[in-house]
Amino acid sequence: MGLLNRLDDPYEGGGIVLGKVEELLNWGRSKSDWYLHFGLACCAIEFMAMNASHFDFMRFGTIPRTSPRQADFIMITGTVTFKMADRIKVLYEQMAEPKYVISVGSCSNSGGPYWEHGYHVLKGVDRIIPVDVYIPGCPPRPEAFEEGMMKLQEKINQQAIFNKRKRLGIE
Amino acid sequence: MLATEIFQRLSSEFGEKVLGLFDQQPSDPAISIAPEAIFDICHTLRDDEEMQFDYLMSLSGLDLGEKLGMVYHLCSMQLGHRIVIKAEVDKANPIVPSVERLWRTADWHERETYDLVGIHFEGHHNMIRILCPYDWEGHPLRKDYQVPEMYHGMKVTY
Repeated sequence: MGLLNRLDDPYEGGGIVLGKVEELLNWGRSKSDWYLHFGLACCAIEFMAMNASHFDFMRFGTIPRTSPRQADFIMITGTVTFKMADRIKVLYEQMAEPKYVISVGSCSNSGGPYWEHGYHVLKGVDRIIPVDVYIPGCPPRPEAFEEGMMKLQEKINQQAIFNKRKRLGIE
Repeated sequence: MLATEIFQRLSSEFGEKVLGLFDQQPSDPAISIAPEAIFDICHTLRDDEEMQFDYLMSLSGLDLGEKLGMVYHLCSMQLGHRIVIKAEVDKANPIVPSVERLWRTADWHERETYDLVGIHFEGHHNMIRILCPYDWEGHPLRKDYQVPEMYHGMKVTY
Protein backbone atom coordinates (compact mmCIF):
# COMPACT_ATOMS: atom_id res chain seq x y z
CA MET A 1 0.00 0.00 0.00
CA GLY A 2 2.09 2.86 1.27
CA LEU A 3 5.66 3.28 0.17
CA LEU A 4 7.08 3.00 3.65
CA ASN A 5 5.25 -0.26 4.33
CA ARG A 6 7.63 -1.92 1.92
CA LEU A 7 10.59 -1.21 4.17
CA ASP A 8 9.85 -4.57 5.78
CA ASP A 9 10.50 -6.23 2.45
CA PRO A 10 13.48 -4.40 0.92
CA TYR A 11 14.81 -5.26 -2.51
CA GLU A 12 17.80 -7.60 -2.51
CA GLY A 13 18.00 -7.27 1.27
CA GLY A 14 19.58 -3.80 0.90
CA GLY A 15 18.40 -0.25 1.42
CA ILE A 16 16.32 -0.13 -1.74
CA VAL A 17 12.56 0.13 -1.94
CA LEU A 18 10.89 -0.44 -5.26
CA GLY A 19 7.84 1.60 -6.15
CA LYS A 20 6.29 3.85 -8.75
CA VAL A 21 7.34 7.46 -9.13
CA GLU A 22 3.69 8.36 -8.79
CA GLU A 23 3.56 6.70 -5.39
CA LEU A 24 6.66 8.59 -4.32
CA LEU A 25 5.22 11.91 -5.42
CA ASN A 26 1.86 11.23 -3.80
CA TRP A 27 3.62 10.12 -0.64
CA GLY A 28 5.47 13.42 -0.53
CA ARG A 29 2.38 15.44 -1.35
CA SER A 30 0.16 13.78 1.21
CA LYS A 31 2.71 14.10 4.01
CA SER A 32 3.51 17.76 3.52
CA ASP A 33 0.17 19.48 3.11
CA TRP A 34 0.34 23.16 3.80
CA TYR A 35 -2.92 24.75 4.56
CA LEU A 36 -4.66 28.07 4.51
CA HIS A 37 -6.75 28.25 7.63
CA PHE A 38 -9.97 30.12 7.08
CA GLY A 39 -11.35 30.35 10.62
CA LEU A 40 -14.82 31.82 10.85
CA ALA A 41 -16.47 30.69 14.07
CA CYS A 42 -16.26 28.28 17.01
CA CYS A 43 -14.83 25.47 14.86
CA ALA A 44 -11.72 27.63 14.58
CA ILE A 45 -11.53 27.68 18.39
CA GLU A 46 -11.65 23.89 18.37
CA PHE A 47 -8.98 23.94 15.71
CA MET A 48 -6.70 25.81 18.11
CA ALA A 49 -6.89 22.80 20.42
CA MET A 50 -6.11 20.63 17.40
CA ASN A 51 -3.05 22.74 16.65
CA ALA A 52 -1.78 22.76 20.23
CA SER A 53 0.55 20.16 21.68
CA HIS A 54 -2.11 17.71 22.93
CA PHE A 55 -3.28 16.79 19.46
CA ASP A 56 -0.41 18.26 17.43
CA PHE A 57 -1.82 18.81 13.97
CA MET A 58 1.66 19.40 12.58
CA ARG A 59 2.57 15.73 12.87
CA PHE A 60 0.55 15.27 9.68
CA GLY A 61 3.13 17.45 7.98
CA THR A 62 0.81 20.43 7.86
CA ILE A 63 2.12 23.94 8.16
CA PRO A 64 -0.23 26.91 8.42
CA ARG A 65 0.27 29.43 5.63
CA THR A 66 -1.01 32.97 5.54
CA SER A 67 -1.09 33.16 1.77
CA PRO A 68 -3.37 31.08 -0.49
CA ARG A 69 -0.58 30.87 -3.07
CA GLN A 70 1.53 28.73 -0.75
CA ALA A 71 -1.30 26.50 0.40
CA ASP A 72 -2.23 22.99 -0.73
CA PHE A 73 -5.59 22.93 0.94
CA ILE A 74 -7.95 25.40 2.54
CA MET A 75 -9.70 24.62 5.78
CA ILE A 76 -13.10 26.27 6.08
CA THR A 77 -13.87 26.22 9.79
CA GLY A 78 -17.12 27.89 10.70
CA THR A 79 -20.22 29.71 9.54
CA VAL A 80 -19.91 30.96 5.99
CA THR A 81 -21.88 34.18 5.67
CA PHE A 82 -22.60 35.68 2.27
CA LYS A 83 -20.23 38.51 3.05
CA MET A 84 -17.45 35.96 3.58
CA ALA A 85 -18.51 33.70 0.71
CA ASP A 86 -17.26 36.18 -1.85
CA ARG A 87 -13.87 36.27 -0.14
CA ILE A 88 -13.64 32.49 0.09
CA LYS A 89 -14.26 32.22 -3.63
CA VAL A 90 -11.44 34.69 -4.33
CA LEU A 91 -9.02 32.91 -1.96
CA TYR A 92 -9.82 29.52 -3.47
CA GLU A 93 -9.20 30.83 -6.95
CA GLN A 94 -5.84 32.23 -5.85
CA MET A 95 -4.61 28.84 -4.68
CA ALA A 96 -2.32 26.88 -7.00
CA GLU A 97 -3.34 23.47 -8.36
CA PRO A 98 -3.54 20.81 -7.05
CA LYS A 99 -5.78 22.19 -4.33
CA TYR A 100 -8.13 20.64 -1.82
CA VAL A 101 -10.85 21.84 0.50
CA ILE A 102 -11.77 20.57 3.95
CA SER A 103 -15.12 21.76 5.23
CA VAL A 104 -15.31 21.65 9.02
CA GLY A 105 -18.46 21.61 11.10
CA SER A 106 -22.18 21.67 10.48
CA CYS A 107 -22.26 25.31 9.39
CA SER A 108 -19.87 25.04 6.49
CA ASN A 109 -21.17 21.55 5.60
CA SER A 110 -24.82 22.49 5.34
CA GLY A 111 -25.64 25.75 7.11
CA GLY A 112 -25.94 24.10 10.50
CA PRO A 113 -28.35 25.79 12.94
CA TYR A 114 -28.86 28.61 10.44
CA TRP A 115 -30.33 26.37 7.77
CA GLU A 116 -33.87 27.74 8.06
CA HIS A 117 -33.82 31.31 9.37
CA GLY A 118 -30.28 32.35 8.54
CA TYR A 119 -30.88 34.92 5.83
CA HIS A 120 -27.17 35.78 5.92
CA VAL A 121 -25.64 32.28 5.92
CA LEU A 122 -24.57 30.27 2.91
CA LYS A 123 -26.12 26.81 3.31
CA GLY A 124 -22.96 24.82 2.75
CA VAL A 125 -19.62 25.98 1.42
CA ASP A 126 -19.90 23.31 -1.32
CA ARG A 127 -22.28 25.65 -3.11
CA ILE A 128 -19.37 27.85 -4.11
CA ILE A 129 -16.22 25.68 -4.02
CA PRO A 130 -15.73 21.90 -4.44
CA VAL A 131 -15.21 20.19 -1.08
CA ASP A 132 -13.00 17.10 -0.74
CA VAL A 133 -13.53 16.17 2.89
CA TYR A 134 -16.43 17.02 5.19
CA ILE A 135 -15.82 16.88 8.92
CA PRO A 136 -19.12 16.65 10.82
CA GLY A 137 -19.67 18.05 14.29
CA CYS A 138 -20.75 21.23 15.98
CA PRO A 139 -17.90 21.85 16.55
CA PRO A 140 -15.99 18.61 15.75
CA ARG A 141 -13.71 17.05 18.32
CA PRO A 142 -9.98 17.17 17.53
CA GLU A 143 -10.20 13.43 16.85
CA ALA A 144 -12.60 14.24 14.04
CA PHE A 145 -10.08 16.69 12.59
CA GLU A 146 -7.50 13.88 12.64
CA GLU A 147 -9.88 11.54 10.86
CA GLY A 148 -10.61 14.19 8.25
CA MET A 149 -6.93 14.86 7.68
CA MET A 150 -6.28 11.14 7.23
CA LYS A 151 -9.15 10.97 4.75
CA LEU A 152 -7.55 13.78 2.76
CA GLN A 153 -4.18 12.02 2.78
CA GLU A 154 -5.88 8.84 1.60
CA LYS A 155 -7.48 10.75 -1.24
CA ILE A 156 -4.20 12.35 -2.29
CA ASN A 157 -2.45 8.95 -2.22
CA GLN A 158 -4.95 7.51 -4.66
CA GLN A 159 -4.66 10.29 -7.20
CA ALA A 160 -3.26 9.73 -10.65
CA ILE A 161 -0.54 12.04 -11.91
CA PHE A 162 0.71 10.49 -15.16
CA ASN A 163 -1.48 9.72 -18.17
CA LYS A 164 -4.40 10.96 -16.20
CA ARG A 165 -6.70 11.45 -19.16
CA LYS A 166 -5.91 8.07 -20.62
CA ARG A 167 -6.45 6.26 -17.34
CA LEU A 168 -9.67 8.01 -16.67
CA GLY A 169 -10.84 7.04 -20.15
CA ILE A 170 -11.29 10.58 -21.40
CA GLU A 171 -9.29 10.01 -24.61
CA MET B 1 -31.75 59.50 41.75
CA LEU B 2 -34.97 57.54 41.48
CA ALA B 3 -36.79 57.08 38.19
CA THR B 4 -39.66 59.28 39.33
CA GLU B 5 -37.26 62.10 40.18
CA ILE B 6 -35.55 61.81 36.82
CA PHE B 7 -38.94 61.84 35.12
CA GLN B 8 -40.06 64.96 37.01
CA ARG B 9 -36.85 66.72 36.22
CA LEU B 10 -37.09 65.98 32.52
CA SER B 11 -40.78 66.91 32.46
CA SER B 12 -40.12 70.29 34.02
CA GLU B 13 -37.41 71.02 31.48
CA PHE B 14 -38.86 69.55 28.28
CA GLY B 15 -42.62 69.69 28.94
CA GLU B 16 -44.70 67.61 26.60
CA LYS B 17 -41.68 66.10 24.80
CA VAL B 18 -41.52 63.71 27.74
CA LEU B 19 -44.47 61.38 27.27
CA GLY B 20 -44.61 59.12 30.28
CA LEU B 21 -42.98 56.96 32.92
CA PHE B 22 -43.32 53.17 33.13
CA ASP B 23 -42.06 51.73 36.38
CA GLN B 24 -43.89 48.42 36.54
CA GLN B 25 -41.81 45.65 38.08
CA PRO B 26 -39.98 43.52 37.07
CA SER B 27 -38.70 45.53 34.11
CA ASP B 28 -36.40 48.51 34.57
CA PRO B 29 -38.15 51.88 34.88
CA ALA B 30 -38.45 53.49 31.47
CA ILE B 31 -39.21 57.02 30.30
CA SER B 32 -40.94 57.45 26.97
CA ILE B 33 -40.01 60.55 24.98
CA ALA B 34 -40.73 62.13 21.61
CA PRO B 35 -38.16 61.03 18.99
CA GLU B 36 -37.22 64.54 17.84
CA ALA B 37 -36.06 65.43 21.38
CA ILE B 38 -33.73 62.44 21.82
CA PHE B 39 -30.53 64.41 21.42
CA ASP B 40 -31.50 67.30 23.74
CA ILE B 41 -32.84 65.04 26.46
CA CYS B 42 -29.82 62.74 26.31
CA HIS B 43 -27.57 65.79 26.47
CA THR B 44 -29.29 66.90 29.68
CA LEU B 45 -29.14 63.38 31.10
CA ARG B 46 -25.42 63.22 30.49
CA ASP B 47 -24.40 66.70 31.61
CA ASP B 48 -26.77 67.44 34.48
CA GLU B 49 -24.91 67.51 37.81
CA GLU B 50 -27.42 65.30 39.60
CA MET B 51 -27.88 62.73 36.82
CA GLN B 52 -24.49 62.33 35.10
CA PHE B 53 -25.40 59.44 32.81
CA ASP B 54 -21.88 58.96 31.48
CA TYR B 55 -22.35 55.43 30.14
CA LEU B 56 -24.61 54.24 27.34
CA MET B 57 -24.98 50.53 28.09
CA SER B 58 -27.05 49.62 25.08
CA LEU B 59 -28.82 51.16 22.15
CA SER B 60 -31.35 49.03 20.33
CA GLY B 61 -34.02 49.23 17.68
CA LEU B 62 -37.35 47.41 17.65
CA ASP B 63 -40.01 46.63 15.11
CA LEU B 64 -43.31 47.22 16.91
CA GLY B 65 -45.50 46.50 13.90
CA GLU B 66 -47.02 49.90 13.19
CA LYS B 67 -43.98 51.80 14.37
CA LEU B 68 -40.27 51.39 15.01
CA GLY B 69 -38.90 51.73 18.51
CA MET B 70 -35.64 52.99 19.98
CA VAL B 71 -34.41 51.93 23.43
CA TYR B 72 -31.48 53.52 25.26
CA HIS B 73 -30.14 51.91 28.43
CA LEU B 74 -28.23 54.51 30.40
CA CYS B 75 -26.10 54.10 33.48
CA SER B 76 -24.23 56.53 35.68
CA MET B 77 -20.89 55.19 36.83
CA GLN B 78 -20.50 58.22 39.11
CA LEU B 79 -23.83 58.05 40.92
CA GLY B 80 -24.75 54.41 40.42
CA HIS B 81 -28.23 54.78 38.99
CA ARG B 82 -29.73 53.76 35.69
CA ILE B 83 -32.67 54.56 33.45
CA VAL B 84 -34.21 53.36 30.20
CA ILE B 85 -35.25 55.86 27.53
CA LYS B 86 -37.74 54.80 24.86
CA ALA B 87 -38.96 56.48 21.71
CA GLU B 88 -41.15 55.50 18.78
CA VAL B 89 -40.86 56.63 15.18
CA ASP B 90 -43.04 56.16 12.13
CA LYS B 91 -42.11 53.38 9.75
CA ALA B 92 -42.61 55.65 6.76
CA ASN B 93 -39.99 58.18 7.83
CA PRO B 94 -37.74 56.59 10.47
CA ILE B 95 -35.30 59.38 11.25
CA VAL B 96 -34.04 60.09 14.77
CA PRO B 97 -31.22 62.34 16.00
CA SER B 98 -27.91 60.59 16.60
CA VAL B 99 -26.41 60.49 20.09
CA GLU B 100 -23.00 59.55 18.71
CA ARG B 101 -21.59 62.93 19.73
CA LEU B 102 -22.63 62.31 23.35
CA TRP B 103 -21.40 58.74 23.74
CA ARG B 104 -18.88 57.35 21.27
CA THR B 105 -20.30 53.89 22.02
CA ALA B 106 -23.34 54.86 19.97
CA ASP B 107 -21.30 54.96 16.75
CA TRP B 108 -21.40 51.23 16.00
CA HIS B 109 -24.67 50.66 17.87
CA GLU B 110 -26.44 53.13 15.60
CA ARG B 111 -24.87 51.62 12.51
CA GLU B 112 -26.09 48.20 13.62
CA THR B 113 -29.60 49.52 14.27
CA TYR B 114 -29.60 51.14 10.85
CA ASP B 115 -28.35 47.94 9.25
CA LEU B 116 -30.84 45.54 10.83
CA VAL B 117 -33.92 47.63 11.66
CA GLY B 118 -33.59 50.49 9.20
CA ILE B 119 -33.74 53.50 11.49
CA HIS B 120 -31.77 56.40 10.06
CA PHE B 121 -29.72 58.50 12.49
CA GLU B 122 -29.40 62.13 11.63
CA GLY B 123 -26.02 63.63 12.51
CA HIS B 124 -24.09 60.35 12.53
CA HIS B 125 -20.76 60.85 10.77
CA ASN B 126 -20.70 57.49 8.98
CA MET B 127 -24.19 56.08 8.49
CA ILE B 128 -23.37 52.87 6.58
CA ARG B 129 -24.10 49.20 7.17
CA ILE B 130 -21.92 47.41 9.71
CA LEU B 131 -22.85 43.69 9.59
CA CYS B 132 -24.53 42.95 6.26
CA PRO B 133 -22.64 43.53 3.01
CA TYR B 134 -22.83 47.10 1.74
CA ASP B 135 -24.97 46.11 -1.24
CA TRP B 136 -27.48 44.17 0.86
CA GLU B 137 -31.10 45.08 0.26
CA GLY B 138 -33.62 45.57 3.05
CA HIS B 139 -33.31 45.49 6.83
CA PRO B 140 -33.39 41.88 8.04
CA LEU B 141 -34.84 42.30 11.54
CA ARG B 142 -38.01 43.99 10.32
CA LYS B 143 -41.08 41.80 10.69
CA ASP B 144 -42.06 42.23 7.04
CA TYR B 145 -38.58 41.40 5.74
CA GLN B 146 -38.57 39.14 2.71
CA VAL B 147 -35.52 36.88 2.39
CA PRO B 148 -34.03 37.38 -1.09
CA GLU B 149 -33.90 34.45 -3.49
CA MET B 150 -30.29 34.93 -4.57
CA TYR B 151 -27.28 36.92 -3.43
CA HIS B 152 -24.38 37.35 -5.89
CA GLY B 153 -25.44 34.19 -7.72
CA MET B 154 -25.67 32.13 -4.51
CA LYS B 155 -28.97 30.62 -3.44
CA VAL B 156 -30.06 31.95 -0.07
CA THR B 157 -32.66 29.37 1.00
CA TYR B 158 -31.69 25.85 2.03
